Amino acid sequence: MSSQIPAFIIVVPLLAALVVNIAGWARRSLCFPTAVCALAAAWISTIIVMLRVSREGDIIYRMAGWDPPWGISWHIDHLNALILILIATVALINIVATRSTAAQEFPDRLGIFYCLYLLFVTGVMGIVITGDVFNLYVLLEIASLSGYALLGMGGSRASVSSLNYLFMGTIGASLYLFGTGYLYIATGSLNMVDIASILPTLENISLIKVSFVLCLVGLFMKMAFFPLHTWLPNAYSHAPGPSASLIAPLTTKVMLYVMIRVALTIYQPDFAFSQMALQDIVVWLAVIAIISGSILAWKQDRLKRMLAYIIVVEVGYMAGGFWLGNQTGVTGAVLHIVNDAMMTLCLFLTAGAIASRINADAFKHLQGLFRRMPFTMTAFMVAALSIIGVPPTCGFFSKWYLLSGGIEAGHYEFTAALIISSLINVLLFFRVVEISYYEPFDNHQENEQQGIQEASLDMLLPLLATAGLLIVLGFYAHSLVTWIIEPAVSSLFTGSL
Amino acid sequence: MKSFGLACVVLLCAALIYSTMNFPDWGSLNSPASEHVSDYYIQNALEETAVPNLVTAVLADYRGYDTLFETTVILTAGFACFFLLRRYRRKPPPYRLYRHIETGVTLIIEQGGKEPTESEEFMRIDSQWVPYDLVIQKAARLVIPFLQLFALYVIFHGHHSPGGGFQGGVILGATLILLAIANDLRSTTKRISERISAQLASTGVLVYAGTGALCLLLGANFLDYSALSRLIATDPVMARSHGILLVEIGVAIAVSAVMIWIYYNLVSAGRHDEGL
Amino acid sequence: MEELTTLVMAKYNYWGVVILLGIGLYAMIAKNNLVKKIIGMNIFQTAIILFYISISTKYGASIPIIHHGHGHTIHPADYMNPLPHVLMLTAIVVSVATLGVALALAVRIYNHHDTLEEDEVLSQLTTDESTQA
Repeated sequence: MSSQIPAFIIVVPLLAALVVNIAGWARRSLCFPTAVCALAAAWISTIIVMLRVSREGDIIYRMAGWDPPWGISWHIDHLNALILILIATVALINIVATRSTAAQEFPDRLGIFYCLYLLFVTGVMGIVITGDVFNLYVLLEIASLSGYALLGMGGSRASVSSLNYLFMGTIGASLYLFGTGYLYIATGSLNMVDIASILPTLENISLIKVSFVLCLVGLFMKMAFFPLHTWLPNAYSHAPGPSASLIAPLTTKVMLYVMIRVALTIYQPDFAFSQMALQDIVVWLAVIAIISGSILAWKQDRLKRMLAYIIVVEVGYMAGGFWLGNQTGVTGAVLHIVNDAMMTLCLFLTAGAIASRINADAFKHLQGLFRRMPFTMTAFMVAALSIIGVPPTCGFFSKWYLLSGGIEAGHYEFTAALIISSLINVLLFFRVVEISYYEPFDNHQENEQQGIQEASLDMLLPLLATAGLLIVLGFYAHSLVTWIIEPAVSSLFTGSL
Repeated sequence: MKSFGLACVVLLCAALIYSTMNFPDWGSLNSPASEHVSDYYIQNALEETAVPNLVTAVLADYRGYDTLFETTVILTAGFACFFLLRRYRRKPPPYRLYRHIETGVTLIIEQGGKEPTESEEFMRIDSQWVPYDLVIQKAARLVIPFLQLFALYVIFHGHHSPGGGFQGGVILGATLILLAIANDLRSTTKRISERISAQLASTGVLVYAGTGALCLLLGANFLDYSALSRLIATDPVMARSHGILLVEIGVAIAVSAVMIWIYYNLVSAGRHDEGL
Repeated sequence: MEELTTLVMAKYNYWGVVILLGIGLYAMIAKNNLVKKIIGMNIFQTAIILFYISISTKYGASIPIIHHGHGHTIHPADYMNPLPHVLMLTAIVVSVATLGVALALAVRIYNHHDTLEEDEVLSQLTTDESTQA
């Protein structure tokens, strides 16, 4: 039985989504406890899988009992297991934190909200855990469709933004499918490891190059990499709070994981970095993404839109860091995936907590928040320091790796962009801090209480836990890199399976 | 903007057509896609799963994990349409239309007026009034049972002929949509309410995932139907065939229920009051 | 001329797929009406489905259902490749699901804005923003 524990990661949330739907039509009070128990069980399974991978090596789980490549199989190594723990943690923290907000925003469809939530989590975990290229497309579509629905429920602007996201996301996923079709024509197989063993024997290099470009463009569209990022600011800033704090930390990071997996496991580092000659173009695009994203974030006057542009900048960090091509850069990118998911979660939970007390988003309504909501703003400060890259928060360590990777690879423009954007981030966040700390409280709000009016406890405790995790991740960054990330990256680079 | 988009698209198509020069010829027997994995399926699927229809065998057994998530995708679409569109009407509509059947007179009852009960004398009609057509209603009523029988045939005979759960489920859902189009939305909502269709949709996927989980509990990997041979008392190969049938039934239930659920939500814009 | 005919006969399925892809992509970019964009998206996905299906054919082969029963030797050249058909069953279902969600979003937009033309919706949104801010 214990060899079946990896299966629980996917099976339990899926079954819970179905049960929540069937039971939710009869008794609404059962939905939330079922969902939380399912996510907790999945979280425990991811921890067990990580321990097993560190002790015994990669886990290969054969679905339906067939060996790959005849059947679909999961291939869990250190990288997979780390991202799975990340997803489970974010989902669990978020579902607890947004319980009251979700009950407020969707009173008559709460059961279906939790079903879509669980299906989204199943989709992203399935993307990370699978070892089959077509299976990845199907799970990508589950995550995308539930994402479109969750993001589209926020009012009229949300529907338009979500429809735009749907169009661009469908083009991206279909381009990925098209690239997979090219791979299938060339190799005849759909299993990642199998394709990787067949590709070096082919003489038809241009076919493989075109398939790589197609897959890459599709993935760039889904991860909001410049210049295909235009869907992201609208979709995330107009979305309802509970959905935004689930989808924003996860979608783009999981797509980055897919890019790492496709480039290093299927196409192998030698082909992806040297033969393709794409490195310079992608690193320059990353530099433009970082600089333009930072400048556009500075021009915003609403909190959630500023956070959305910061996500675009962070994607630029991670994609550029990966395409530097050396192990330090890839280590930095992977560490930044972990850190950035937690930082984005913290920031969006803060935005949700502020929105639960003040119904407005623009900066001018945030005056005096430090006095009214001290704990929320402390968490915001910790997340801000982490994004800027101040030790001992986790953001410092991943930026350190990215900077050294940039210097090592000779891409000084990337290093310069990192430093400039850190400075712009200082300006961005201290502007928010200044508005919320120093200005006197405006009397145009209905509530004129002078005391502390914090967000409710079930929203505040997960938020503080996330902020605490940012500091803990910073302290343990070195052990995280040594024990988990470096074995993952070195095995991806040497091609040992 | 349009010309820029046109230029980009033309360039992309030209680049892709250039890249197809390296593809294997259409229909060639020794392209890599026709060897390796697909040869294994053609040669071994019949003896390993006892299902002659190779597509069903690969879909529901070798790549059954994929098909589970495909069914979940269509269920997600059902959830999404409900989540986005459903509006529970808090106030009644400004007017309702009723028809006196014997004389054919149409009554417009405004809000606050006394509405006749639906009976042999009065019939409620949609505000986008379509003429009462005897031929369509009676013809649909005659044809629907045969269509449903055909749908059941497609589901259950999917092992030996083209067909299977998705195809049969869609035909089944289409029969209910035909009923809704030929009559009006309320006639179908009375027979199969939204709650039933939503629960049936999840039950269908639960049958599929539950079969896989049952195999987990019996000690084999997820969706490994040969583990069912302990329960059904046959050899592992026939157990695979029966497992495939079981999941195809689950798929058919889910797909037909989701088709009708999405139709309810889309066609009435969430109100479930009046529709096509 | 001979080579051109052979080339066309060998590749025209791929070319048709690429042309459909281009038509769908252009419709998504250039059309103003939301429903036309959704139709373009559907054409785009259908092109990719056709691409996979056209890979699976073999000259002289029949449908992938073994018609002899047990005991006879099975020649792979007699049966079409079943795997792309399986994959495309999934892709068709995915495209139908995406179509459903897209139409639900379009209905929502129509309920709110009373129009399905993208430029009118955007102009209504910018006037909303300027009156709000």
